[in-house]
Amino acid sequence: MKARVTVTLKNGVLDPQGKAIEGALKSFNLHGVESVRQGKVFDIELAITDKAEAETLLKAAAEKLLANLVVENYRIEILG
Amino acid sequence: MKSAVITFPGSNREGDVIRALHHASGVAPMKIWHQDHTLPHGTDLVVLPGGFSYGDYLRCGAIASRAPVMDAVRAHAAKGGLVLGICNGFQILVESGLLPGVLMRNAGLKFICKMQHLKVGRTDTPFTSAYTKDQIIKVAIAHGEGNYVADPDTITALESEGRVAFRYCDAEGDTIKGNPNGSINAIAGIYSEKLNVLGMMPHPENLIETLVGGIDGRGLFASVTAFKGAA
Repeated sequence: MKARVTVTLKNGVLDPQGKAIEGALKSFNLHGVESVRQGKVFDIELAITDKAEAETLLKAAAEKLLANLVVENYRIEILG
Repeated sequence: MKSAVITFPGSNREGDVIRALHHASGVAPMKIWHQDHTLPHGTDLVVLPGGFSYGDYLRCGAIASRAPVMDAVRAHAAKGGLVLGICNGFQILVESGLLPGVLMRNAGLKFICKMQHLKVGRTDTPFTSAYTKDQIIKVAIAHGEGNYVADPDTITALESEGRVAFRYCDAEGDTIKGNPNGSINAIAGIYSEKLNVLGMMPHPENLIETLVGGIDGRGLFASVTAFKGAA
């Protein structure tokens, strides 16, 4: 089973890297870019076939290590 | 005073802090490996040195904070033992939950390596008794992620409980002009609730010899030595 965990900064947390990327995109005259927030994507292969079990495992992985819940949110997707 | 310095894969300031502690206390610190599960019996002070543990992968300090030895460090802190985290060590302390908040990318996005003035907070702690309140000291900083951030309630608690150990400032003590990395309230170092855990981004261990720029860092190591000497 494949899964994806996406970690993003919480709203309101200053994201200097996102700001720099936003500035670079705007400098390319790509009109319509309003703002950029940077995050991380983890593609994870699981040796589990049960979806509920996989979600429990990924929640633990996200909260124990992948995300710092002080400033970050995470989202779990089971890709099948 | 018995001190123990922990080395993680990618630590690179352990030699400096070992030298600073040895210089101040006359006793050689014990060297601890990150995969050890215990601290030597009778350890008074544990130091997490600077560097780039695990290459700063994932988030600075994130992987090191889950190392086996960190359970022993948490237990040591819980019973009132002294813990000092410098630079990457501070990042490990916030990731491990021993100190609140987080250290984000510097506001200017650049790695900053330079001499930096700091204003000393309270001096009734194990780490600062050799300084005077509001003393301005000059030490070194060298970090890319030193921008201290915490939610407003945490900042209010840190300020009202006198837990800001050091603030960045300029030579005149101006903490707004002298803030190099965007940290809230120019916070350069903070204490735990019981003042026995200190995390700080600047490097006092690199300023203990006039030959290399000054001795303003000696006060911190003299303080921890005196604290346990008096106990």
